[in-house]
Amino acid sequence: MIPVECYFVLSALLFFIGVYGFVTRRNLIAMLISVELVLNAVDINFAAINRLLYPNGNEGMFMTLFVIGVAAAESAVAIAIIINVYRQFKSDSVDAIQNMKR
Amino acid sequence: MEYSYSIFILLLPLFSFIILGLAGMKMSHKLAGYIGTCSLGIVTILSYLCAFQYFGADRVNDIYPTIVPYNFTWLPLGSLHFDLGILLDPISVVMLIVISTVSLMVHIYSFGYMHGEKGFQRYYAFLSLFTMSMLGLVLATNIFQMYMFWELVGVSSYLLIGFYYPLKPAIAASKKAFIVTRFADMFFLIGILMFGYFTHSFSFNFAGHGAEVIMGEGTTPFIMADYGRAITAGAMIIPTALTLMFIGGAGKSAMFPLHIWLPDAMEGPTPVSALIHAATMVVAGVFQIARMFPLWMAFAPHTLSIVVWVGVFTAFYAAAVACAQSDIKRVLAFSTISQIAFMMVALGVSMPGHEGLYDDHTQLGYMAGMFHLFTHAMFKACLFLGAGCIIHAVHSNEMALMGGLRKYMPVTHITFLISCLAIAGIPFFSGFSSKDEIITACFQYSPVVGWIMTGIAAMTAFYMFRLYYGIFWGTENKEALAHHTPHEAPLSMTIPLIVLCVITVGVGIYSTLGGFLGWEGSFGSFVSASGKDYIIHFDTQIALTSTVIAILSICLATYIYKGESQPIADRLYKTFPKLHRAAYKRFYQDEIWQYVTHRIIFRCVSTPIAWFDRHVVDGTFNFMAWGANEAGESIRPWQSGDVRQYAVWFLTGTVALTLILLCI
Amino acid sequence: MANLVMFIILAVVILGSAVLCVTTKRIMRAATFLLFVLFGVAGIYFLLDYTFLGAAQVSVYAGGVTMIYVFAIQLVSKRTLQGFEERVKSSKMIAGGLAALAGLVVVCLILLKAGFYTQEIANVEVPMKEIGMALVGSGKYQYVLPFEFISVFLLACIIGGLVVARKEEKDV
Repeated sequence: MIPVECYFVLSALLFFIGVYGFVTRRNLIAMLISVELVLNAVDINFAAINRLLYPNGNEGMFMTLFVIGVAAAESAVAIAIIINVYRQFKSDSVDAIQNMKR
Repeated sequence: MEYSYSIFILLLPLFSFIILGLAGMKMSHKLAGYIGTCSLGIVTILSYLCAFQYFGADRVNDIYPTIVPYNFTWLPLGSLHFDLGILLDPISVVMLIVISTVSLMVHIYSFGYMHGEKGFQRYYAFLSLFTMSMLGLVLATNIFQMYMFWELVGVSSYLLIGFYYPLKPAIAASKKAFIVTRFADMFFLIGILMFGYFTHSFSFNFAGHGAEVIMGEGTTPFIMADYGRAITAGAMIIPTALTLMFIGGAGKSAMFPLHIWLPDAMEGPTPVSALIHAATMVVAGVFQIARMFPLWMAFAPHTLSIVVWVGVFTAFYAAAVACAQSDIKRVLAFSTISQIAFMMVALGVSMPGHEGLYDDHTQLGYMAGMFHLFTHAMFKACLFLGAGCIIHAVHSNEMALMGGLRKYMPVTHITFLISCLAIAGIPFFSGFSSKDEIITACFQYSPVVGWIMTGIAAMTAFYMFRLYYGIFWGTENKEALAHHTPHEAPLSMTIPLIVLCVITVGVGIYSTLGGFLGWEGSFGSFVSASGKDYIIHFDTQIALTSTVIAILSICLATYIYKGESQPIADRLYKTFPKLHRAAYKRFYQDEIWQYVTHRIIFRCVSTPIAWFDRHVVDGTFNFMAWGANEAGESIRPWQSGDVRQYAVWFLTGTVALTLILLCI
Repeated sequence: MANLVMFIILAVVILGSAVLCVTTKRIMRAATFLLFVLFGVAGIYFLLDYTFLGAAQVSVYAGGVTMIYVFAIQLVSKRTLQGFEERVKSSKMIAGGLAALAGLVVVCLILLKAGFYTQEIANVEVPMKEIGMALVGSGKYQYVLPFEFISVFLLACIIGGLVVARKEEKDV
């Protein structure tokens, strides 16, 4: 039996690796990939808590299920936007979107 | 209340000013003139009525009571309050008569003199403003009201001197007058504040004066001044306050060295010079001392010597300069300065302890000074109005363009001659009695002062007759006359001259005979320092001496100046060119003042202060603005548009919040 | 014991792939490493006896989302695919690293200081029938509302994505 703290540490590490990636990367797609990492870390957290701390209910699992669905939808919309941005600015770097910068 | 009409004495000129000021430009000249003159005519009638009623009423304890028909609180400030009101008192009633008479004469005269001038209505509006201010000054119930109207008088003077504002000299003169008098008024204000602070009262209610004060119904009572408190705070406080107030009066009354504005003030129209700068405004300083006289007597009798010596020096200086002037209005201006100095000396020598050998009358000088004020107003106004007629005929102020005018202007000639005789101090003209009493009082104070004043009286006779002969006798100036023949002035201008001369002669005959024969009902029975009836007796010795000296001076002037040419004058001029030049330039007083203000004050005081203001004070605010700007600029890069940076900050903020929440 | 070993292997795979994913300069490699991470996470779900969840993870995430990313990369990152590398500013790296580290420390502190008590679990998976009933049931603790919502949401996103990414009609 694996203590729940292990899952916590794992998910925290994954989360902050994703955050680090989001902050550091310049490519838009890479930033989105980092966001996916974050979402997955949260999923692990939900599932672990549900299974190991509250085994009588299923809330965590359904939460995870829905997060997966929402993440997929959000990725699709984000990609669509990035394609539009690429058409406008001819670049996939986040520095290119400077119109609102003073 | 019998004196309730006295409020109209102040209100009528005020309304006249407002109407003429606001609607004057839409009226015709004639209508504006009539409004001004009629309102002033009513004021004159009311003043005479008031005088008859006041002096005809019974005395209380042998003294005319002080009547206060109106007094209401204007600004309450804790225990002190500024009042506005009307106070009737022998000197204020005498001043009422003087001001309203001269003002009415000037109003009538201006119909002729200012005929056709642009700004005629504005002129009458300002005359009404001035009259109201001067009346308010003499009717003041407390020193603060007097100061307020003092300033109003200064403003009216500024407006009237600068009447011909398109001309540069007029503007410069009006500024000079206002600034010099304002500078002196600063001392006046400090004196008032000192006085009010220590004695807790501004009212003219002098304890121990002896006059009963009758307050009208519903008036605010006077606060009794707490002299004990002032004296315990410091023995020299009240004398210092009174001296500061005197300095303010000295500025307004053109005492040396603050006299510099009065000769330049002659840039204004001549009726203005007659009203303001001869008869009424310039005597405000004298009036102020007369009003505060009980305080001077009670607390600072020996400080009056300052007044005496300032007056003596001014009188001498002005007489010396007047002997060398060529502009007739300047001669008259310096003569005014000299005569006002006489009045100041008269008030100054009334200090107790100098009763002397002649009579047991203290404070003869007080009565003499006020009497001279009255007579001087009349004959000096007549002189100025006469000068106005001459200027109107010859179109110039310079004596060089005049000469032999007696053939063309008979009425002006006779009235001018009468007034000159009055100012010289010839018996049976009003100037004799008043000047004689002053000289008597001076001899009581000290023989030195007495002889100096007699000498100055002789100089007065001399230069006035030099002026007279220069205008009306001597060679005619053919080139000037070729352009236009001078003609006698119109009736509106000669009638005031005649009226003023009649007053001069009438008062003169009555007072001369009364003084020699000891009649009652002379000036002394109305106005005197103790308030009691004072019967004038002439001291025969002094009267004779002064008359003889005056006649000698007139003969000297006749000898030098009467003929067709003036060989003696020319020889004197050649022998003492520098002296003459210095006298002509008024002994360089203006240059000295210019030097002091420009080189010393402007350069050493004003410039550093201006530098400080511009660089330090403004610099502080500029620096604060610059700092705010820089702070904004430095924060601006935070709006980088970089999403990742926002994320970092977001994360940092969240972590920080969590830590804070954890730790609390 | 076996669980622990499995967990460790999966943890190493996940974390290693994640680190490589965020630090690699080539975008295609990042997508691949993401795939590995997703597989690893699916393995965690299987370890927790959530077989349905694991299956959903593999099919939706690993299969669908990764494909979207790969297509997107192909469409957008022309230069990057051709080998141009992305340079990362070192100051940004340090700032990001510090921020992430700080957050990590805080989160771990919270999670570990709170005393959680691990329950005994039976190694039984959640039965499929139960999941299905819960998804479309409308009783208490049943999830028909989120289910419907998700479906509408997915529809909206599809349409939204289509609209946003549509090519503009050019006047010919």
